[in-house]
Amino acid sequence: MDRNSNTYTFLYASIMVILVAAILASVSMALKPRQKKNFEIEKKKNILASVNIESDASTAEDLYAEKVVDEYIVNVGGKKVEGNAFDTDLKKERAKAAKDMLYPVFEFKTDEGTKYVLPLRGSGLWGPIWGYISLNDDMNTIYGANFDHEGETPGLGAEISTSAFEEQFIGKKLFDDSGELVSILVAKVGEMGAEEHKVDGISGGTITSKGLQNMLLDDFSGYEAFLKSKK
Amino acid sequence: MSEPLFSKKNLKLLSDPLNNSNPITVQVLGICSALAVTAQLKPSIVMAISVTAVLPLANVLISLLRNTIPNRIRIIVQLVVIAALVILVDQILKAYVFDVSRQLSVFVGLIITNCIIMGRLEAFALGNRPWQSFLDGIGNSAGYGVILIIVGFFRELLGAGTLYGYRVIPESWYIANGGFYENNGLMVLSPMALIVVGIIIWVQRNKNRSLIEN
Repeated sequence: MDRNSNTYTFLYASIMVILVAAILASVSMALKPRQKKNFEIEKKKNILASVNIESDASTAEDLYAEKVVDEYIVNVGGKKVEGNAFDTDLKKERAKAAKDMLYPVFEFKTDEGTKYVLPLRGSGLWGPIWGYISLNDDMNTIYGANFDHEGETPGLGAEISTSAFEEQFIGKKLFDDSGELVSILVAKVGEMGAEEHKVDGISGGTITSKGLQNMLLDDFSGYEAFLKSKK
Repeated sequence: MSEPLFSKKNLKLLSDPLNNSNPITVQVLGICSALAVTAQLKPSIVMAISVTAVLPLANVLISLLRNTIPNRIRIIVQLVVIAALVILVDQILKAYVFDVSRQLSVFVGLIITNCIIMGRLEAFALGNRPWQSFLDGIGNSAGYGVILIIVGFFRELLGAGTLYGYRVIPESWYIANGGFYENNGLMVLSPMALIVVGIIIWVQRNKNRSLIEN
């Protein structure tokens, strides 16, 4: 058959596309259960990291089951609602109208008392960023933080997921003395702010840093009623 | 095939891209990714390995198909082959070595857009046998990887004072700690990657006069 004829070209393209689609679809189907499991373990690892518990892929599930005391969902009004906190997809929640958003809470028992883990989600420069912040039972002081991202620039924005950045959050406060929510300022060099509400941003990663700052403010505002009701 | 597998001509396919026809410094392909991932040594190495995994495979596949591909849609066919391979690699990494997949994240996608791969498929694999194409793929990804690692080495060392995440320049040297040294912030930004690549090209041409155009 003439390799330059239209018929040949069409046939070739169609067969190639169908073949490739079939291969990719079946590989994806076959590997899906394993991938889902990996994502769950990763999530448990990250939640544990936010309460300063080290774990790896093999220990995360057991440690999580051992340390978690309670998982529940609250609404903007701070009231508990029905649902599975662990499987709540923040991506879907954040797409809803503000008054309908649901906020999962994980309670952990540690050697230093009960800690409340709040999952967060926002946008960085190239894509979503997310994280977990754990609070002491005064519902104000940060006990630990863990951040991650989909595709921030390595060496710049991606530094938000390093422990050097995350450890800055320990001991910072969400509310000021009068009980107003101020959240945390992720500061550029020279930016002023009260020390207990401020961490250093990442040089060369300003948009990611500011995205993280917005994520903290937005999501803590959503949790505000819940946090105040627990105080 | 009449000639031996590792004939002189075939070995040249492996060694040439390391010097005389280096994809970055001579063919000026793959600059975009060389710029994006070299702020640190680790992603540079990871990217070099990923490209080495994909390019020879894509080269061989295209070379096997070369006598059937309709001329008018050959670029599309190349793209489909590369994209399919990259997605396969990504899926397998996600299922079996999740940690590695987390580290690679954006790089996996970047492989698809890497001009070196398209460039080699178009320039070499379409007109040569699978074995030669395989060697060409290995050679070119090695040539690409070497430059990436050199650039990553200098950018991380001078920009952050670390190598592969480990501190090389002692903390006590820094002005902040009463010393005399300060990291060069410009090294972390992308323009510096181009300047470092430029310096490498300069050094290479100085040593290898045959590369200098009249």
